[in-house]
Amino acid sequence: MSTAQHQAAEQLHPLLGRLGLDAIPYHEPILVGTFCAVALGGLVVLALLTRFRLWGPLWRDWVTSIDHKKIGIMYIALGVVMLLRGFADAAMMRAHQALAFGDSAGFLPPHHYDQVFTAHGVIMIFFVAMPFVTGFMNYVVPLQIGARDVAFPFLNNFSFWMTAGGAILVMISLFVGEFAKTGWLAYPPLSGLLASPDVGVDYYLWSLQIAGVGTTLSGINLIATIIKMRAPGMTMMKMPVFTWTSLCTNVLIVATFPVLAAALALLTADRYLGTNFFTNDLGGNAMLYVNLIWIWGHPEVYILVLPVFGIFSEVVSTFSRKKLFGYASMVYATVVITILSYLVWLHHFFTMGSGASVYSFFGITTMIISIPTGAKIFNWLFTMYRGRIKFEVPMLWTVGFMVTFTIGGMTGVLLAVPAADFVLHNSLFLIAHFHNVIIGGVVFGVFAGINYWFPKAFGFRLDAFWGKVSFWCWFIGFWVAFTPLYILGLMGVTRRVSHFDDMTLQPYFVTAAIGAGIVALGIGAFLIQIAVSVWRRKELHDTTGDIWGGRTLEWSTSSPPPDYNFAFTPIAHELDAWQDMKQHGVARPTTGFVAIHMPKNTGAGFVIGMLATAMGFALIWRMYPLAGLAFAATVIAAIWHTFNYHRDYHIPADAVTRTEDERTRALASAA
Amino acid sequence: MAGPSHAHHDSHGHDDHLDGEADFHISFKGYAIGFILSVILTAMPFWLVMGKVLPSPKLTGLVILGFAAVQMVVHMIYFLHMNAKVEQGWSMLALMFTAALVVIMLSGSVWVMYHMNANMMPTPDPAAMRNMP
Amino acid sequence: MSASIATHVNGAPVYFDHSGEHHPPGSTMLGFWLYLMSDCLIFAVLFGTYAVLGRNYAAGPSGADLFDLPLVAVNTGLLLFSSITYGFAMIAMQARKKSQLLAWLAVTGLFGLGFLGIELFEFHHLIHEGSGPGRSAFLSSFFTLVGTHGLHVTFGTIWLVTLMVQVHKLGLTPANRRRLMCLSMFWHFLDVVWIGVFTFVYLMGVL
Repeated sequence: MSTAQHQAAEQLHPLLGRLGLDAIPYHEPILVGTFCAVALGGLVVLALLTRFRLWGPLWRDWVTSIDHKKIGIMYIALGVVMLLRGFADAAMMRAHQALAFGDSAGFLPPHHYDQVFTAHGVIMIFFVAMPFVTGFMNYVVPLQIGARDVAFPFLNNFSFWMTAGGAILVMISLFVGEFAKTGWLAYPPLSGLLASPDVGVDYYLWSLQIAGVGTTLSGINLIATIIKMRAPGMTMMKMPVFTWTSLCTNVLIVATFPVLAAALALLTADRYLGTNFFTNDLGGNAMLYVNLIWIWGHPEVYILVLPVFGIFSEVVSTFSRKKLFGYASMVYATVVITILSYLVWLHHFFTMGSGASVYSFFGITTMIISIPTGAKIFNWLFTMYRGRIKFEVPMLWTVGFMVTFTIGGMTGVLLAVPAADFVLHNSLFLIAHFHNVIIGGVVFGVFAGINYWFPKAFGFRLDAFWGKVSFWCWFIGFWVAFTPLYILGLMGVTRRVSHFDDMTLQPYFVTAAIGAGIVALGIGAFLIQIAVSVWRRKELHDTTGDIWGGRTLEWSTSSPPPDYNFAFTPIAHELDAWQDMKQHGVARPTTGFVAIHMPKNTGAGFVIGMLATAMGFALIWRMYPLAGLAFAATVIAAIWHTFNYHRDYHIPADAVTRTEDERTRALASAA
Repeated sequence: MAGPSHAHHDSHGHDDHLDGEADFHISFKGYAIGFILSVILTAMPFWLVMGKVLPSPKLTGLVILGFAAVQMVVHMIYFLHMNAKVEQGWSMLALMFTAALVVIMLSGSVWVMYHMNANMMPTPDPAAMRNMP
Repeated sequence: MSASIATHVNGAPVYFDHSGEHHPPGSTMLGFWLYLMSDCLIFAVLFGTYAVLGRNYAAGPSGADLFDLPLVAVNTGLLLFSSITYGFAMIAMQARKKSQLLAWLAVTGLFGLGFLGIELFEFHHLIHEGSGPGRSAFLSSFFTLVGTHGLHVTFGTIWLVTLMVQVHKLGLTPANRRRLMCLSMFWHFLDVVWIGVFTFVYLMGVL
């Protein structure tokens, strides 16, 4: 039966589509338990918000905020929340695989296990790593270039709510219906309508499409910001390295997320409109999907890692008390990586059969792309050499990264050899490799960045003891968890397997599970670190705004910065503009403040984003009339918003004066 | 110019000019030239195909693709006012980068898919497998 | 941008813009151009898909069997004319002639609607005779590529009508002029994509 006939055979309720009471998983104890915990936690949060009358401030100061700093913080908060779920999936997998040998079937039935590994990947990439790096770029870049906000503040808010909307759909899938069972990239024909007739893949498709719109717009926003809104005197080659890596990252975003959008749209068309792009019959070719999705997928991993390379550059130079070694080569390396990332994608499917000539080309390009990254590592090492290093927590994460990521990168070069990849593709070796670089790179970089910029954002630094506990647990836990997987992969064990008969493999999986447990302690320590730091915030207070002795302009502002960032736009003369100002003993202006032009907060981004999310939910459940309504409402809300021409206001000069005077007093008392 | 008394943020120092508007001057002549060129560059390929003018379909295909490329450039210059000075050259850079990516993605995909189809799609004749690329 | 801000006074470097006059230049044109580049890549994928799957007829009809080239020529003409009439609208905008601008926008909109009407007629006809998007991968890619272009024209037309209302209500404010320039880029970009469509899909599909 063709997919079109399959669809016609299904009876859809006119209003509720496929939604019914059977969508609620009453009979899955893990899900019921999770729901109870989430519901309870949620009710507590709602109660606290009501008790402390925080709804008003929540709406006024956060939900409707177009301030890049608030939006950046919200992205990171989203990342932390989704990290907990993504890690819960990981913990379940490790626990299940440690147990599911021989007669024991483990505690996750296969169809559940499949959803867990799919959700784990989707959440970690799209709703943890992406929001984290986007959050950092949003928060830091305008401050580093001496600007007051990004180029399109409203669009920034809207982008966040679209990302959040995607995350909301993924979270709903836990309790209403199910998630995809296809792996995080949802290859057809498994993800097509015949093999996955349930709503799982639809949740996948719509949450990623909606989040993808947010990401693409955010990319456009940050490119325009970096190109057009730099402070006077800040030429391209005087930009901080983090701004450079952000520019290249956002170029990658704008240049590759459209490919994801198109590929997902084609799969969506197959599932909803009966087209034949990736079906087995009527001329479809599922291999085309794999090709397209990896044209997106490879640049995506550079989107994740380039920002953290930028974070490491800032951290290394600050905590070595030395300017970054080889600035120009860092810039060139970043640009080269950006371009080369489009020439390697086939290495993700060497085993799909395109033949020797294709393999030679892509194998060679894959090996070449490791070179600029290597250059960066040398630059960081040379920066540290003969520096006066302070091992604050961000520096610990950085050194941990250098060790961990380098090894992971090397296993990548190993996999770049097509003949080796034929043996290791889709084995646990591959899993260990990409976790090695993503955890060693992105996660360690995110924690470095959080510890580094937290004081700037909140006015007090994070507790160093718990930060170190978290680091060591993550570092040790990571290696305990993934070294066994490298070994297992070399022995031939395949990924995504939920049951094994060979008992000699069990010790490795048990070790890996222990490693995951240690990482869990690391995450716990991180949460404790936040709690303890809030508790001790007066002791940990950052008075000067420049707690680490930073080199770039964000450290010239107070902690936290005022809404307008800079009372007077700074003028840059050298690289490391703030360090330059400090060296020349430049006095901070204390008088003569003028009114500052700022954009207004608005609820339009939230409204349009949530309407789009509602449309996504309706489409997932084939509630077509409702979907049509939601779509129309989204378009109308967007058009309505364009009729709002009064989107800005001025902060009066005396308000600026008051804020700046407060800072003058704080600096004087700190001196 | 703009409406009533509220602060004219958009008019400070730019006196009626938009950034970007100052980059090029729109003229009737430019649009007319672009239009006429486009008409010619559209009529020719339609004629070549509908009239089966050239001997081989392959040659026709190449020629009309050439016409399309030229007409796209005409549109870029005369309708989209593309030149190396717009937005301090960033527009041109973005366009060149996008064009490069389009070429890489299209040629890469066609190359890869051709090989995969040749190697992996089912063939009725087992003897043909001997000559796989 | 920063040309008006003095970075040095009497030879000594200045570190702050005390005048408060520094205003970052508008980013809208560049931002919209970047969006168009991303849209270009979406179309590139759809063209690529058509390139790969466009001869998978699944024993069904091919382009030679289905495409009505004279109708496509008419459609192409309508879109090209709409491009030039939008150009005339921009000339009127530059000269600050509001009613002329609105008139040319209306003509552009009508051409756009005409284009869409013909395309819908064509699609309806194809579906009606069993050559809908589900018939073969060739037809799936045809409908998706041409249909996506048509969706863009639809959104462009809605945007055009919205802008006409906004210009009528508020006049040729800088914000409205920015929006008109963005729509101009969008509209011409759609014509550029159509060049690819009529060449690569229709004309080459018949060869």
